[in-house]
Amino acid sequence: MNETTNLTPAPAGREEDLTPEQLAAQWESEAPRAAGPVANLVSSAVAVVLGAAGLILSLRLGLGTPSQPQPGLWPFVMSLVIAVLGLAQMVIGRHGGDGEKFSRLSWLVLFGTATLVGLVALMPVIGFEIPSLLLCFVWMKFLGGESWRSAALYSVLVIAAFYGIFILGLGTTIPHLF
Amino acid sequence: MDFLQPVLDGFGVVLAPTNLLYCLLGVVIGMLIGVLPGLGPAATIAILLPLTYGVEPVTAIIMLAGIFYGAQYGGTITSVLLRLPGEASSVVTVFDGYMLAKQGKAGTALGIAAIGSFVGGTVGIIGLTFLAPVVAGFALSFGPPEYAALALLGILLVATISSGSKSKALIAAAFGLLLATVGRDVFTGAERFTFGNLSMADGIDFVPVAMGLFGLGEILYNLEERHRAAKAPAKVANVWPSRADLKQSSGAIGRGSVLGFFLGILPGGGATISSMAAYALEKKRAKQPGRFGKGAVEGVAAPETANNAAATSSFIPLLTLGIPANATMALMFGALLIQGVTPGPQLVDQHPDLFWGVVNSMYIGNILLLIMSIPLVGVFVRILRVRAAILAPITALITLLGAYTINNSMFDVTLVVFFGIVGYLMKKFGFEPGPLVLAFVLGELLEANLRRSLLVLNGDLGGFFERPISASLLAIFLAVALWPALQSLLARRKAAGAVETVKTQKAKEKV
Repeated sequence: MNETTNLTPAPAGREEDLTPEQLAAQWESEAPRAAGPVANLVSSAVAVVLGAAGLILSLRLGLGTPSQPQPGLWPFVMSLVIAVLGLAQMVIGRHGGDGEKFSRLSWLVLFGTATLVGLVALMPVIGFEIPSLLLCFVWMKFLGGESWRSAALYSVLVIAAFYGIFILGLGTTIPHLF
Repeated sequence: MDFLQPVLDGFGVVLAPTNLLYCLLGVVIGMLIGVLPGLGPAATIAILLPLTYGVEPVTAIIMLAGIFYGAQYGGTITSVLLRLPGEASSVVTVFDGYMLAKQGKAGTALGIAAIGSFVGGTVGIIGLTFLAPVVAGFALSFGPPEYAALALLGILLVATISSGSKSKALIAAAFGLLLATVGRDVFTGAERFTFGNLSMADGIDFVPVAMGLFGLGEILYNLEERHRAAKAPAKVANVWPSRADLKQSSGAIGRGSVLGFFLGILPGGGATISSMAAYALEKKRAKQPGRFGKGAVEGVAAPETANNAAATSSFIPLLTLGIPANATMALMFGALLIQGVTPGPQLVDQHPDLFWGVVNSMYIGNILLLIMSIPLVGVFVRILRVRAAILAPITALITLLGAYTINNSMFDVTLVVFFGIVGYLMKKFGFEPGPLVLAFVLGELLEANLRRSLLVLNGDLGGFFERPISASLLAIFLAVALWPALQSLLARRKAAGAVETVKTQKAKEKV
């Protein structure tokens, strides 16, 4: 499995004796694989669709003439550029070559994003302390692989510090429970 | 001596205790955050933008410039100690810096880097002091068509110089320009793309976009990069480089300063290109090029000097033309706009205190950097030993809570999360976020000047080519835009020959 080899660093002793060229080569080989043709097609298609949506919306705003431009003219031109370049990219990038493939580690990002969305949803309701504490704990324990004890300890310390700085120290109006 | 008076007044501005304090604060915080692996200067500035709210414009910019230098040097520290370049412009520092660290000379490498940065920065500032007013004077005659052409060229250059797919970078830039149109149209008052949302009526703020794309996007991206974690050495001794080391690297520092200064003025990745060029130059000039990559002091001194000189000189297009040369400068531009200051040729005349205050704060910032970096190396080493797992949620929370404090609005926090996800996905699919942010910042200026030009020229696009400056700028624009197509055409024609040369080159390398 590619992902597991990435997780364990190569034996330190040997790795340290690399010349710059070897080091660069190693970075190259360690780098995640390119996203591939499908990703290129999908992302270019998204750009084309967004460009097309922009075209329609700016047409509704009215284009006017070059001497009397209406609000839609400039967004129309930009949407056109996006749509055309998106179509071109479908052809140019059809062999893939850039971007990065999603790996198993990408689930961590999805998980992390979910906690961020949760924080945004809960913060106005119950204040920042509990959601932030949960976020910290989840990121440290599940995304970072800390032990239960250190994750719990550090989360509490971090939130206490944030409370001290943002609420007690700076007196900001961040929604807070206590 | 008329010319020098405002310069001297600028020193008066910087040496005010508040400004001095904020400069110091910026340098230290910049170094602290910049030292975190994966967070380069752009991410650091983005995350810390809220700090500058409610502060005087001069003070805010002085602090941001300090953060910029600090973050730049923070990247050097991780390059040397962890073999992790904090940003693209210190990648080449890794080669010799880490080798020196392995030989127990990490202190020497960091010390030389600090001194080189100081010299490079100072040369950059002196050049800036003399060159900036000249450029600004030249640009005073610019009208709307010239500005529109200049902004277009700047965006195109940044998009095409970025690594990765050029067309994707251009798509990102066009999205930035489109995003900038959200909100009320300045000319007609019509609402564009607001979908009836009141929070969007005034347009999308620059800060949440930058914090999301550069800050949170980078943090999310780093969650995947755990395998890069490395161990920091326990102790870094003898930070002061010996006289022999200084003597050996003095030539490299001198050449790096000049090279970096000139490459930094050019739009697009000035610091990165100049650090690589300086390293290559030193290796070429060296009597024993074999020493490079095995712990040559010049291999650290040259790129570190050059990237700092370039970082300084990249302020020239920003402060004199109002066109940021790279993504980091785009953040500075945005921060200035928030403070109600529009960078441009009038800045020197209209806000001499701000202009010279910022320029002179760079001297002070560089001195502070030199003073602080050497004794603080121990602290940074300790930070580097804190596990990434613990630092990641802290930086994420700083970003989100910081975003809230700007306008006391949850909408901003939501935007940061949204653009954070967008930034992460863009990186995964090979779209550079840099051109998007740069184009977003310049969007309003570009559209306003284009429309003004169209009014002035009565809708005649040919009028752009009748004015010498805008005509030459647009000619360069077309040349840059069409060059890749021409290049691939030529390459196809030469394809057969090229295969031959590659083969012979490889054969030579083996010998």
